[in-house]
Amino acid sequence: MNHEVVGDIVELAAFYSAEGADELVFYDITASPDGRSVDTRWVAQVAEVINIPFCVAGGIRTLAAAEQVLNHGADKISINTPALENPELIGQLAARFGSQCVVVGIDSLFRDGQYLVHKNTGDPDKSAQSRWFTEDWVHEVQERGAGEIVLNCMNQDGVRTGYDVAQLAIMRSRCSVPLIASGGAGSLQHFVDLFRASDVSGALAASVFHRREIALGDLKNYLQSHNIQARL
Amino acid sequence: MNVAIVDNGGANMNSLVFALQRLGVTPSLCSDIDALDAASHIILPGVGHARDSMHRLQKYALDDYIRDTKKPVLGICLGMQLFYHHSEEGATPCLDLVPGTVRKLVATERSPVPHMGWNQIHFRHVHPLLDNIETNSYMYFVHSYAAPVNEWTTGATQYEQDLSAITIRDNFMGVQFHPERSGDNGAILLSNFLKIS
Repeated sequence: MNHEVVGDIVELAAFYSAEGADELVFYDITASPDGRSVDTRWVAQVAEVINIPFCVAGGIRTLAAAEQVLNHGADKISINTPALENPELIGQLAARFGSQCVVVGIDSLFRDGQYLVHKNTGDPDKSAQSRWFTEDWVHEVQERGAGEIVLNCMNQDGVRTGYDVAQLAIMRSRCSVPLIASGGAGSLQHFVDLFRASDVSGALAASVFHRREIALGDLKNYLQSHNIQARL
Repeated sequence: MNVAIVDNGGANMNSLVFALQRLGVTPSLCSDIDALDAASHIILPGVGHARDSMHRLQKYALDDYIRDTKKPVLGICLGMQLFYHHSEEGATPCLDLVPGTVRKLVATERSPVPHMGWNQIHFRHVHPLLDNIETNSYMYFVHSYAAPVNEWTTGATQYEQDLSAITIRDNFMGVQFHPERSGDNGAILLSNFLKIS
C-alpha cells in the first residue's frame, strides 16, 4: 500500500474545523476495493466535535448504508466506484435524501489525449479504467441527480505540482452543479492558480494539510491577498 | 433551560443536537404539545419538504401552538420558511407569521440550485440574536427555496438574487442558513438564542 497513516480522525477533524476548514471530507478509500461499506461508528464522534459541514465516502452502495451515515451526523455522502457499478444509485439517493447531499467523486486519468474515469482507485492492485470518458460521466451523474462533483485528477494526485486547471476548466464548463477540484495541491500558489484559471467552487487537498506544510489560516490569507474571496 | 426541537419529520437532527450539547444544553426532540409546553425555547428545524412538514405540524396541532406561543422560537432553514404566509414548495400554506411567499431559487450557470455553501450575511437591523457577530460574516447554506427580503429581514444575503437570511418578527427568529454547521459564528448565534427569554 502506498497510503500513510496520518493520525486519529476525530482529533484531526477538530483541528481542521478550528483552523478554518470550510468542509471536511472523509474517504474510506479501501472500502470499495475491499467490498465493504464505511464503518460508521466514528461518523457520530466526528459530528459531535465539529461545527462545519462534512461528507463521508467509502463503499456506500445502498440507500440503507447512506441513511446510516447521514443519521450518524454526516451532511453529505460521496460515492465513486458504487456509482460506476450502479449508476441508478445516484438517482435513488437523490430522490430519498435530496441532491444537496449526494456528491459524486470522479477519478479521472488523462492518457493519449483523453480523460478516462477510473474505479477502485483506493487499491493500486484493483484500480481499473471504467467504460466512461470523464466528460460523459460528468454529464451523466448530473442527469441522474448528483448535487456536487469532486473531480480528482489522477495524473496530479500525490505529485503536488499544482491542480490540473486545464481539465478542471473543461469539466467546469459541463457542470451546472458545484465542482470541487482535487489532486495536485503542493503550495499556496497552486490554489491561487486554480481559482484564477478555472471557475471551480472549491479546492480539496489532503497531504499538504496533514503534513502541516500549509496551514488553512495562511492559505486563506494568501487567497484574500490575491483578491480571491475566502472565509476567514 | 429546556430546549425543545420540534420533530417535523426531517432526517438527521444529530448535528443540531450536538451543536447545542457543545453549548452545554441537552435538547429534547418533541412531537406533541405537552413537550412544547414544558420548553423554555423552541427550535423548528428544517430538512425536508414544506408540505410534509406543515402536515406533520397540523397532525399534532403544533401549528396553532407555535403561532400563539410567546416563547423564543428559532426556525432553521425550512423552519424559517414555514414562518411565511406561503411556500411554492408543494404550494403549501405556511404559519403566516410573516407576510410573503417562499419561492424556488432560479438556477443559473454561475449559481446552481440547490444552493450549497458559505455566504456572507449583511445585517440590516440590530438584534440580540446577532450579538458578537459581525455584519458580513459567513454562514453555511443548503437550500433550494428562499424567502424574499421584506421589512422583517434582519440579515440578507445574495445568491443571484437578494434573499432573506435572517427573518425576525417578535419572538420568531428565522435563519435560512444552518447555524449548527456555520463554524464559530453559528455557535455564537445559537448561544445568543438561548440567552433570549
